[in-house]
Amino acid sequence: MQAHLRMLDSTPDGLNSGETPLLRTIGLTKRYGDFLANDSIDIDIWPGEIHAVLGENGAGKSTLVKAIYGLVQPSAGEIHWQGRPVVLSGPADARKRGIGMVFQHFSLFDNLTVAENVALGLDGNESFKDMSARLALVSKAYGLPLDPRREVWQLSVGERQRIEIVRALMQDPKFLILDEPTAVLTPQEADQLFIVLERLKAEGRAILYISHKLEEVKRLCDTATILRGGRKVETCNPRRETAASLARMMVGGEIREVKAASGRTTTAPRLVVNDLSLAPGEAHGVRLDHISFELRGGEILGIAGVAGNGQDELFAALSGERLSKQPATVVIEGTPAGHLSITQRRRLGAAFVPEERLGHATAPRMKLSENALLTGHAASGMVHRGFINTAAALKTVDIATETFDVRKAKRDPEAASLSGGNLQKFIVGREILRNPAVLVVSQPTWGVDAGAAAVIRQALLDLAAAGAAVLVTSQDLDELAEIADRIAVMFHGRLSAPLATSEATREKIGLLMGGSSLEPQEAAYAAGA
Amino acid sequence: MELVEAIILSVLAASTPLLIAATGELVTERSGVLNLGVEGMMIVGAACGFAGAWLSGSVFIGALFGIVAGVLMSLVFALMALGLAVNQVATGLALTILGVGLSGLIGAGFVGERITPAVHLHIPGATDIPLIGRVLFGEDGFVYVSIALVVGVWWFLYRTRAGLILRACGDNHASAHALGYPVLRIRTFAVMFGGACAGLAGAYLPLAYTPFFVPGMTAGRGWIALALVVFSSWRPGRLVLGAYLFGAVTILQLHAQGWGVGIPSQFMSALPYLATVVVLVLISRERSGGSTAPAALGTVFVPDC
Repeated sequence: MQAHLRMLDSTPDGLNSGETPLLRTIGLTKRYGDFLANDSIDIDIWPGEIHAVLGENGAGKSTLVKAIYGLVQPSAGEIHWQGRPVVLSGPADARKRGIGMVFQHFSLFDNLTVAENVALGLDGNESFKDMSARLALVSKAYGLPLDPRREVWQLSVGERQRIEIVRALMQDPKFLILDEPTAVLTPQEADQLFIVLERLKAEGRAILYISHKLEEVKRLCDTATILRGGRKVETCNPRRETAASLARMMVGGEIREVKAASGRTTTAPRLVVNDLSLAPGEAHGVRLDHISFELRGGEILGIAGVAGNGQDELFAALSGERLSKQPATVVIEGTPAGHLSITQRRRLGAAFVPEERLGHATAPRMKLSENALLTGHAASGMVHRGFINTAAALKTVDIATETFDVRKAKRDPEAASLSGGNLQKFIVGREILRNPAVLVVSQPTWGVDAGAAAVIRQALLDLAAAGAAVLVTSQDLDELAEIADRIAVMFHGRLSAPLATSEATREKIGLLMGGSSLEPQEAAYAAGA
Repeated sequence: MELVEAIILSVLAASTPLLIAATGELVTERSGVLNLGVEGMMIVGAACGFAGAWLSGSVFIGALFGIVAGVLMSLVFALMALGLAVNQVATGLALTILGVGLSGLIGAGFVGERITPAVHLHIPGATDIPLIGRVLFGEDGFVYVSIALVVGVWWFLYRTRAGLILRACGDNHASAHALGYPVLRIRTFAVMFGGACAGLAGAYLPLAYTPFFVPGMTAGRGWIALALVVFSSWRPGRLVLGAYLFGAVTILQLHAQGWGVGIPSQFMSALPYLATVVVLVLISRERSGGSTAPAALGTVFVPDC
């Protein structure tokens, strides 16, 4: 145990260039065929610093950390660890040297217990019993409580991340890599994570921190290295930069600023949900509990909340993936639609963008034109008397490509071949081009780079300005603050009363996300009184 | 009394090949690989096992031949499904078709030949105890091996680190890869173990069950073994129960005909599959959010490097 809390030899300020950095890459290059994922990247990591790596999707961040963790072998260049050149044969080798990693999409095993998951991330021949005892100590020492006997599928996202972090800490790492750790956390959970990270830094460990959230990087990190198109653009002190200047370096130009049209007028309600309750569709799903809200034309309602509090279930109930027995629970354009199928709801003028891009919003191995057809078949010119009008489907792809700046290798590629941001622009574009009266969109910019996110947010604002009712579910509070007129919070299948965005402070939203109510009458409203 | 003993003995004999083959397939599937070629590996194991025993005069050598034949067959599968990332279902079905043809070819010269079948244990005194003596102390080596095998597999899966890693590969190969485990190598070993077991199970038929070789003598036992793995919900303990239950049904169907019970024998033959369907329904009803089947079962994995 002592080994874990001991202070590592540290250089107090990481800029002490007279000494050797903990980790240094020299001309690190990774080539996939003709594609240069990393193009001679030089980076120095010093003990006791939190070093951010910033960049858009596809800038080469993941490849870089995979090379440092031994998951991919560089095509050229060197990695120096504690001043000596090393070849990392694999993650086990990296772990042995003191490099730990917390993955963005957790590297956990759902059907195994917490203790088993931790054991799988450790090397050596510690007995399972000793390991469990040490797990309890480490998790307690860092204030990251875990029940070692529970299986992972039973745990929340925040708890899952705790497993990853504790597993990495069990190795007593000198250097810890975190890949977008706050993407799935509530603001409060993220704050707790920052406390842990500050403490690790104080213990003299180095941290490599990948994030899209620039404010977070400015607050937490000592150094930032910015990657663009596989190359290093700049290494800077993020505290001396502004979020806008960091974003400029990432994108290599100005980011289009999102602007709401002024004086948006709201019209009659276009989407009304009346006392919607729905038993969970699968075991351990969330029960929707007396949800009511009204959404007018020209308005954007944001739904915040920690993932797994009923957002998926609400989306399914609105889109018609799950039907309600009472038609009046969901009213689209004045027509009770709770019992109507997805296609019937689309015919009423509704459009839906689910969270998962591949497999839910699109069929990954089908072409974009075929994917356009999947949601557009009922209410567009793409199908005539049961026959597909290929030209019309291709035209839809072309228009979406042009309007929403979808970058792709050929005219009509498979959905899976697009990057996340470009695919998301296509999906949102596909729905917006149908001129929906109501658009329900879930996590519109999850894992999407800043440039694409701005395009998507602007498109949603423009759609609302044109008179549509837009419902946005998002875990990114900044995003909701930017585009929504009102924000409501989901917790345990209930929806809070919407707050006007101007009144919705982070504290208020954070409290609601954690299940506390602001005022008694609001709690009563949420309970369906 | 003697009838009961005879029935138990014949149930054990009918169940043993199911248990051996299913134990191997259970390990394969726990690593995330669905090898539907069990029937094919078994039948080649039967032909080669008989050939080995006939040529050498030793049942033991015959069993080794069967195991090696099963492993070779499984390596064909591993090359296709793991090395070349071909669809596992298609590859498994092709393996069975290949196996049926191959076993006919190998066994053609041996049809009509006889060998001395595997000897049964005899412990003076113990084996002579009425009712249970022969059941417990008078079996052939295959029966004892099958029990040891399933106990060993249980111990391996739940009590060793290697077993934990194998289960991890079956649950999420991307995570296992990210942590640095050689997923494809681990799966190849699991497939080979499945092949060895299927080959041994196949060899059991001409070496112990009947002392001669007939083309097509596995008669669908490989498919029952596959159903059995699902029936057991991928747990070794339930696998033993299921194997003896399925074995009992096959024997019962013979006796039922003898006793003139009016249940069509075809219905009895279909019972194991029917039971599997019922279990699948029960599993999906009771599923508690976690996954009963290995979550990565049957999915293709191609590591980046």
